[in-house]
Amino acid sequence: MNKKDILAGEHFLNGDVACAEGAIAAGCRLFAGYPITPQSEITETMAHRLPTIGGFFLQMEDELASIAAVLGGAWGGMKAMTATSGPGFSLMMENLGLGIMTETPCVIVDVQRGGPSTGLPTATSQADMMQARWGTHGDHEIIAYAPASPQEMFDQTIKAFNQSERYRQPVLVMADEVVGHMMERVVIDPDKIEIYPRRKPSVPYEEFLPYRGGADMVPEMACAGEGYRVHVTGLTHDERGYPDLSVESQDALMHRLIGKIRDNADQIIEVEEENIRGADVVLVTYGIAARTSLRAMELAEQKGIKVGMLRLITVWPFPLKEVRKIAGAVKGIVVPELNLGQIVREVERAAAGQCPVRLVGHAGGGLHRPEDILTAIEEVA
Amino acid sequence: MMKRVATKPEPKVVADVHHPLEHYFRNERLPHIWCPGCGLGTSMSCLAAAFDHLKLDVDDVSVVSGIGCSGRLAGYMRPDSYHTTHGRALPFATGLRVALEKTKPGHKVVVFSGDGDLFSIGGNHFIHAARRNIDLSVFCVNNFNYGMTGGQVGPTTPLGSKGTTAPYGMFEHPFNLPYLAASSGAPYVARWTTLHVHRLQQAMEEAIQKRGFTFVEIIAPCPTNFGRRNGLPTGLDEMRYYREEAVIENFADPKDAEIIPGKPFIVGTFVNEDKPDYVAIYEKFVADHFGVTVK
Repeated sequence: MNKKDILAGEHFLNGDVACAEGAIAAGCRLFAGYPITPQSEITETMAHRLPTIGGFFLQMEDELASIAAVLGGAWGGMKAMTATSGPGFSLMMENLGLGIMTETPCVIVDVQRGGPSTGLPTATSQADMMQARWGTHGDHEIIAYAPASPQEMFDQTIKAFNQSERYRQPVLVMADEVVGHMMERVVIDPDKIEIYPRRKPSVPYEEFLPYRGGADMVPEMACAGEGYRVHVTGLTHDERGYPDLSVESQDALMHRLIGKIRDNADQIIEVEEENIRGADVVLVTYGIAARTSLRAMELAEQKGIKVGMLRLITVWPFPLKEVRKIAGAVKGIVVPELNLGQIVREVERAAAGQCPVRLVGHAGGGLHRPEDILTAIEEVA
Repeated sequence: MMKRVATKPEPKVVADVHHPLEHYFRNERLPHIWCPGCGLGTSMSCLAAAFDHLKLDVDDVSVVSGIGCSGRLAGYMRPDSYHTTHGRALPFATGLRVALEKTKPGHKVVVFSGDGDLFSIGGNHFIHAARRNIDLSVFCVNNFNYGMTGGQVGPTTPLGSKGTTAPYGMFEHPFNLPYLAASSGAPYVARWTTLHVHRLQQAMEEAIQKRGFTFVEIIAPCPTNFGRRNGLPTGLDEMRYYREEAVIENFADPKDAEIIPGKPFIVGTFVNEDKPDYVAIYEKFVADHFGVTVK
């Protein structure tokens, strides 16, 4: 990859554009997408940029095709991404499952908007968080980021690519309309960008088992035309990749697919802690809701309440241990999110009754009023 | 209830003989799951024979399929093979083919799937892949029904034919696949039956060699689920039907390629023209305008 293809320097970018630039910086040279707001600028930026740097931009017939082309592109040896919103994310659930089952590295960006259905096509929400976790059928684990600024749209898209290669799984960037459309300073230093390369086979064809996990349960990947004659299927398969519909094979495969994320969760989970030590109340929040919460923290401090924040950078896997520890040390936890109660359920599960947990929900279309978050803080303080 | 076993017993070796095409197959996966009289084995043999005749190295081609009986073909063939989701073989293959232009130019991508997969759940993908003229060789085994799930009718089931979801006969009109492919822009369109093995193999070779979206419809028997409900209970009955009713006519108007049970139907090459494919157009543009190569 050529460093000159990266948009270096300081820029004033909207979050969607920063996301596209992050993908390019991560080495993504194949983008397949379908027009939908509020992610349009990601697709448009890729259409504008990729042809100039020898990448491929594909506008597909729908989101079903977009994610399918991304999976195909990854097996063709490229880093590939798609971006969508609202109904498009629903359409991608089918092949998100294929990506998990076939252990295909790629990135899916969801710039969330209000739903269900057509909902609020141009206005924000964080209501796809549980769909991200459980939207595709069958048992599985998910890695999902929640950027809170254009800078994070850039940085976390790169992280998403790295984790997708590291764990060989599609990784989700769960942005929202406000983060996608806000314009802020984004600083890009190509020399500081670290790239996790694809895990290529370390043994010859005769010895290679495409679905045997290594010490970290993640297998090496042989792409099309590399001489490894791999069979890739969405059916339950053995270490050779061959369909094996037995209870034993399903058991071994599911334990490895789930285990490679669950057992490595400590390396994947990323949170940002602010003023947690000695806090009376901690806000557990993510994405754009965390930024509104900053104002609520200031208001609470003016009233003499010590408030900390645990911001989830990765929402999935959920930082169970971190939240459980906080719950044992504070008077209460407040969870602001732009839905009527999704991640709060995980927080309650983690808190396990150690302290009260209050949701500050919002149906979407706008952001929280800091005063509403303050009220919840005062209730539990 | 039958007990499921995790692994098949190793086949007993009776003689050390080799099939001339065996390097194209995952012999450890055979025998296949297809029923006696099914046309898929014949179609797969033709595909391997076409590879062999073209001297196509097993590492220079990838096979992509969707879901269904035809979808299982990918699992029997030795090249890198991708058994994708129902209907999505073409968009998956689109991404794969485009990426290979960068990682391994000249690598061929073959899509092999069934009528339900490619034309019902995947119908939209088919017309768009053909319109884009993505460089893929698409082979569709048309057996007029969903065989794997028990003989339900599909988008190619002839009017009046019976299936488990049309016990009184099909009330809908079927697609005419050569007409659909041609009108969607495919530069190569042919149809043969599994009776016409040499012509089918030849058509597959033409399709693989030609750059662009090439389409071959393979009319094939499904005696287990379609034939026995529609007066053709064995594979042999179907072969007899093909011999009696298939009319070879090259460059016929695809509009005339309808299949009406009991009546003659056209087989042959319908379209064979040159047209720049998506990747070729894209590559030329970025080279001319940005001085970059996608390779």
